[in-house]
Amino acid sequence: MQWEIVIGLEVHAQLSTQSKIFSGASTAYGAPPNTQACVIDLALPGVLPVLNKGAVERAIRFGLSVGAKINSPSIFARKNYFYPDLPKGYQISQYELPVVQGGSIQIQMDGADKNIRLTRAHLEEDAGKSLHEDFHGMSGIDLNRAGTPLLEIVSEPDMRSSAEAVAYAKTLHALVRWIGICDGNMQEGSFRCDANVSVRPRGTEKLGTRCEIKNLNSFRFLEKAIDYEARRQIEILEDGGAIRQETRLYDASKDETRTMRTKEDANDYRYFPDPDLLPLEIPASWIDQVRSALPELPQVRRDRYMSEFALSAYDASVLTSSRETADYFESTIRQLPAQEKLCANWIMGEISGQLNKEGLEISACPITPSQLATLLKRISDGTISGKAAKTVFESMWNGELEKNVDAIIAAKGLKQISDDSAIEKLVDQVLAANAQQVTDYRNGKEKAFNSLVGQIMKATHGKANPAQVNVILKKKLEG
Amino acid sequence: MFNASLKQLSTQLAEKKFSSTELTTQFLQRIKQLNPEYNAFITVNEEMSLAQAKAADKMIAAGQAGPLTGIPIAQKDIFCAKGWLTTCGSRMLSNFISPYDAGVIERFNQAGAINIGKTNMDEFAMGSSNETSYYGMVKNPWDIAAVPGGSSGGAACAVAARLAPAATGTDTGGSIRQPAALCGISGIKPTYGLVSRYGMIAFASSLDQGGPMAKSAEDLALLLNVMTGFDPRDSTSLQRDAENYSQDLQKPLAGLRIGLPKEYFAEGMSQDVANAIEKTLIEYRKLGAQTVEVSLPNAPLSIPVYYVLAPAEASSNLSRFDGVRYGYRASSYSDLADMYRKTRAQGFGAEVKRRILIGTYVLSHGYYDAYYIKAQKLRRLIAQDFIAAYKQCDIIMGPTAPTVAFNLGEKSGDPIQMYLSDIYTSAANLTGMPAMSIPIGFGDKNRPIGLHIMGNYFKEAQMLNIAHQYQLVTDWHLKSPV
Repeated sequence: MQWEIVIGLEVHAQLSTQSKIFSGASTAYGAPPNTQACVIDLALPGVLPVLNKGAVERAIRFGLSVGAKINSPSIFARKNYFYPDLPKGYQISQYELPVVQGGSIQIQMDGADKNIRLTRAHLEEDAGKSLHEDFHGMSGIDLNRAGTPLLEIVSEPDMRSSAEAVAYAKTLHALVRWIGICDGNMQEGSFRCDANVSVRPRGTEKLGTRCEIKNLNSFRFLEKAIDYEARRQIEILEDGGAIRQETRLYDASKDETRTMRTKEDANDYRYFPDPDLLPLEIPASWIDQVRSALPELPQVRRDRYMSEFALSAYDASVLTSSRETADYFESTIRQLPAQEKLCANWIMGEISGQLNKEGLEISACPITPSQLATLLKRISDGTISGKAAKTVFESMWNGELEKNVDAIIAAKGLKQISDDSAIEKLVDQVLAANAQQVTDYRNGKEKAFNSLVGQIMKATHGKANPAQVNVILKKKLEG
Repeated sequence: MFNASLKQLSTQLAEKKFSSTELTTQFLQRIKQLNPEYNAFITVNEEMSLAQAKAADKMIAAGQAGPLTGIPIAQKDIFCAKGWLTTCGSRMLSNFISPYDAGVIERFNQAGAINIGKTNMDEFAMGSSNETSYYGMVKNPWDIAAVPGGSSGGAACAVAARLAPAATGTDTGGSIRQPAALCGISGIKPTYGLVSRYGMIAFASSLDQGGPMAKSAEDLALLLNVMTGFDPRDSTSLQRDAENYSQDLQKPLAGLRIGLPKEYFAEGMSQDVANAIEKTLIEYRKLGAQTVEVSLPNAPLSIPVYYVLAPAEASSNLSRFDGVRYGYRASSYSDLADMYRKTRAQGFGAEVKRRILIGTYVLSHGYYDAYYIKAQKLRRLIAQDFIAAYKQCDIIMGPTAPTVAFNLGEKSGDPIQMYLSDIYTSAANLTGMPAMSIPIGFGDKNRPIGLHIMGNYFKEAQMLNIAHQYQLVTDWHLKSPV
């Protein structure tokens, strides 16, 4: 039987506010345990939550970016369960009326666009951390993370392969960073995925029983966990078994998922509206204000690069993979109009290659857009060859001669010979010294031409303008 | 000194008849002498009270005194006070020294008032007799065989027995008004949102409201001036201009329309209480008021609605008492679940556990709509009844409690009978409207009776005026059991 995999994702994006969602304590990562937990985060008797407007503003930003409805009012609800790192014994979340409803995200699969619908996105607080090592059989509790603002973004079950799920997660990851609501740091847990996976016979409508996989903190794990889980479910079904609805944990070291809890021992969270927080009213004027401050979105920019600069869908996608890359590209082309393709090639080639090699983000690129533009200008005006430009680029990367393009060209003697008469003289010399190859060429041996070009380039240490050499040589041989 | 009004005390402090240190010492001595019998206080801390008195004396000397500067106030043990044991009447918090001040405590501190001690209360404010306190029952100073009411029973006893000039209370279903009535003092629950809930240990967040308890309406006004005001740390706190609750006290009552809900004058009210109410209404008519019958058809549902919503919120509010970070923790346990079980089984008393169970039940999957949602709908209907009634009258009067104080132990075995003590009071918590109780005489066994005065939102000043005018022509509020 042919099986179809059905996937929906729940992503927890940590919002980039300075302070927590219901208290004034700092959200900075990595502080010594419990140094960023105030009386509210500790849930001392009598303390009350006060909503951080910055978290709401970021949720609105997200909602507008995915074409969703911003609910007003939305309601904060308590999700009740006991766990030592959950200080109040309930998590403040949103249940029946989330702040963001609907919307969609477009992903690119094999050059085609696919729309993934969003169910909702709601605000909630993070829990603390239980530390099970270093406490001699006891557990330690670190409440620094307790109360950190999260936006839980829930998709519809619209994905049909692990590759689509990864494409969705990556697009979402790029988007939340693009609009500045989340730093996207997956190692620090700022962007966490849970995947709902089910399978069904291809061609059928009814959804299969799903399992939720938790703890997917990289795109690679997301892909592998879904693949494993789909295989597991298909095997069970093909053996005549039934899938049990449960929550499963992905173990990266064994590359498998295993049962965390079944539906039967799932908590009854007893959601009810939090009486400590009033319904969240978001006036239209606030939404308008947030909308007008939104940056041009990646999708829009990608389309613009294709229509305005005639870039391929691939190039446009790569350049808009992050706002920093797109901004870098745009500030380069501003100084080098009509050379968009050249700029794109260099950013996607040399720049991105070097950044990858050194593990740098484009924001830390040692070559500024204007320095890159100066270099590329020297290619387009014929001063240096593309090959020589790579040598100049390397020197600039290493900070030689204050990254001054012309100084490096001069110092390294990379300037092209573009003077027709000088090249003609060279060509004559080489032709005179290689009579046999001239004869070969004229007798139809095309290869001899390349050999002659090579001789000329060698004689000029590669500095002769290759295009000119080609034209002049051809003229001489055929004339 | 012990019978003086707040205004008299303030004047005498200003005139240097005595210092705050002397005044505080006097009350501390009286507490030492009488508290063993009444058990009104859980914690007395002479050192901390006297340090505040000394600071108050400096304020007075520097001419910076306000109306409450230097005056001892008894604080209900539900308010977190920095450096003070804050137990909420529970074993669960029997070792909890608060590291911070509640909004109410801050306001009293800024006013230069003295915290004279933390008063006894029903555990987590759940009770109507003060018998659920881990720290033992409080006696009614009018008759030590009787309960003082609850949950602010310690506060009511302290004021009635003159162990403190005034006290704070909190009111979730009647916890200020019912003990005020049973102990023959005055108390007011303001409109929800006027008094900060920050640092006031939550029982049922949407119903809880702090308020003052004192000998007279005049004193209540002074206390309310200090206690009310916007607190940005409480999202349900109301942002409105400060009001002077003393300013309308002297207004004549001519033309006042007093609404008498027929539902409150039906079965359930005992004869002695009915008689006292009738006499009081005669007094009000003499003051120029008229009475009109009004109807609150849904008001009799207040108790069932209250006993769904309050336990629902409480079951969640009390989840934080898990033995992990502070408070009581069972001494031995086998694993995490066992620690939770034993800690909460040993740390909470029977009534608290009962309400956690009720609350957990009504919020559970499959029951939520039938109980919680239904109760919320009825809550709105009850509020609509009152809003409609206030189109026909300015104020509503009735009994605060159906009977005088009952005997210690009389109802503690019968939760339903106990819950009915709040039959007249809980509606004001459901609607969020202000309500108060003032003493209007004595009934069976010479135990006090309270008049319930209920008003529309933000009508505190008018209600205090109505109470004060009565207290100008009667002396029930001046009577003291000791």
